[in-house]
Amino acid sequence: MDKNIDGEARRRSILGTIMNMAGPWGNNGDSGNDGGNGNGGGPRNPWGSPAGRPSGGGRKGASSLEELFKRGAGGGFGGGLPKRPGGRSWWPLIAIAFIVLWVLLTSIHRVSPQERGVVTFLGSYSRTMQPGLHFSLPTPLEQVTKLDVEDIRTIDIPEGEAEKLILTGDQNIVDLAYSVRWNIKAPELFLFQIAEPEETIMEVAEAAMRAAVANFTLDDTIGAQRTDIEQQVEQNMQQLLDGYGAGVVIRGIAIKKADPPAAVNDAFKEVSAAQQTAQTYLNEARAYAQQLTAQAQGESAAFDKVYEEYRLAPRVTRQRMYYETMERVLSKVDKTVIEARGITPYLALPELQKRAQQPAVTAVEPK
Amino acid sequence: MMGRIIQNPVALGVIIIAALFILLNTIVIVPETRQGVVVQLGEPKRIVNRYQSGESFGATGAGLIAKIPFFEQIVWIDKRILDVEMEQQQVLSTDQLRLQVDAFARYRVTDPLRMYIAAGSEARVSDELRPILGSALRNELGKRPFAALLSPERGQVMDNIQAGLNRVARQYGAEIVDVRIKRADLPDGTPLESAYQRMRTARDQEARTIRAQGAKQAQIIRAEADASAARTYAESFGKDADFYDFYRAMKSYETTFQGGGPDDPQSSFVLSPDNEYLRQFRGN
Repeated sequence: MDKNIDGEARRRSILGTIMNMAGPWGNNGDSGNDGGNGNGGGPRNPWGSPAGRPSGGGRKGASSLEELFKRGAGGGFGGGLPKRPGGRSWWPLIAIAFIVLWVLLTSIHRVSPQERGVVTFLGSYSRTMQPGLHFSLPTPLEQVTKLDVEDIRTIDIPEGEAEKLILTGDQNIVDLAYSVRWNIKAPELFLFQIAEPEETIMEVAEAAMRAAVANFTLDDTIGAQRTDIEQQVEQNMQQLLDGYGAGVVIRGIAIKKADPPAAVNDAFKEVSAAQQTAQTYLNEARAYAQQLTAQAQGESAAFDKVYEEYRLAPRVTRQRMYYETMERVLSKVDKTVIEARGITPYLALPELQKRAQQPAVTAVEPK
Repeated sequence: MMGRIIQNPVALGVIIIAALFILLNTIVIVPETRQGVVVQLGEPKRIVNRYQSGESFGATGAGLIAKIPFFEQIVWIDKRILDVEMEQQQVLSTDQLRLQVDAFARYRVTDPLRMYIAAGSEARVSDELRPILGSALRNELGKRPFAALLSPERGQVMDNIQAGLNRVARQYGAEIVDVRIKRADLPDGTPLESAYQRMRTARDQEARTIRAQGAKQAQIIRAEADASAARTYAESFGKDADFYDFYRAMKSYETTFQGGGPDDPQSSFVLSPDNEYLRQFRGN
């Protein structure tokens, strides 16, 4: 019992030491000047407390620490570890295992096929690991940063559905949305050359797109020459980024939308409506032309046929046609033949009119 | 004394920690992305890993360096390409048109010592360069007509801006890598509205032209059809004008007098006995 209290008290005093020491250290991290003093002020720390403790001080440092832990374990460690054969502690083994594990974990690297590992030896670029299993020195000495070089990344400009207005060469405005696809070409350049690679790519893309669109008219931008713009932007971007040494390759630009701004969209729709209207006019005219031509051809063909027959027997044919026509005409109409000569007959036109209307009336009456 | 310290585990631990601490204060890992100014009690002493153009990574000054602990400090300065983002600037062209310009510059600290003395930090360099970039842009673009502002990459504009900015940047130990105009927009309000109006009227004009052209084409097609029909008729009927007269008259009578439908009032004929049709009827 007494032993445990003793251990507890000692642990507290050590904790106190560590906490006190943390004070001057915090300053040292920032400025070395104070650090010198802080170190010199070491005696302020309660060195005396551990030095003045009873028994156990005669043992070696390491085993004293063990003992310390063992005693502490009695208080709160819940039993502690069983002793290893030979009476020695497990702790050194655990420490060694930890170190071995650390070395193994930090010096064996599996680089996936799409990755490259950039190795820095004490900060200085050493080499780039190709895909496969690789070894390096453990972590504080060599550090490996893995980058995915196959992954083609996409930057959408603008983000979301916002309108991105760009001035065209003919001082019109176009609403453009496009995406930039890129991946890492040289991982070490990508890591070390530019502070904010993604933002740089985005800004370069915007600048290149603005410059390219300024070379084209609105109609070209909206219409046929999108591909040319995409190519110009791609080349321009690659050139700029290579100039920075960004270690990035532009895979492609895709213009997703090239529309007139919403504010003038109606006017543009009006144009396509006008095109439709004009097409309608043309279609109607063509239909008329077809109809008229066919009619003319039909009628003249009919005439030609009759005329051929007529030529064979002009007089008879003519008379036959005359009588047949008269027959057809006169057989269906009211006829009045006035024989008396020199008499001016009363032509009862209203009467005739009425008679003419009668069929219509009789047609209505049965109802 | 020594023996006592070694025997004392806590003292030993403290010594080890203190030694480590001093070691960490003595040796410094310089990464590829940074250059440093070693400052001794506020006085710059030397530069580590200074940027040199054309150097390749792995052959730079990056790596392990030693310094006097506590007395020497390292002020870190970014070695990579940094950017200055400018606030939107309104530029007035020579033909009094306004343009909202958004630009960025990329720079790199090439003289860390000068930069440390003149600015202290990268952020301050950016702060100092930002207004200069704005005014260089305004001055240079303000000398040009609006149409030239749309593609300032043609010609000297961007070079002049970069040169102007570089003069200032050099005072801060920086070097301008590139200046680009990111956006050039019409300012909101009247300029934008009038541009829209111009676009609308241009489209309106186009629409009308298209319609008129369509109507014209249609008319021509109709006229051509009329002409070709007339030619077809003439070719055929011209073979015997006299017979055509008779033939057509017969057709015409039939169509004109052959009413009799429910809606079509019947025609009444008053014939004189002298009528040709009644020639045989008269019996002479």
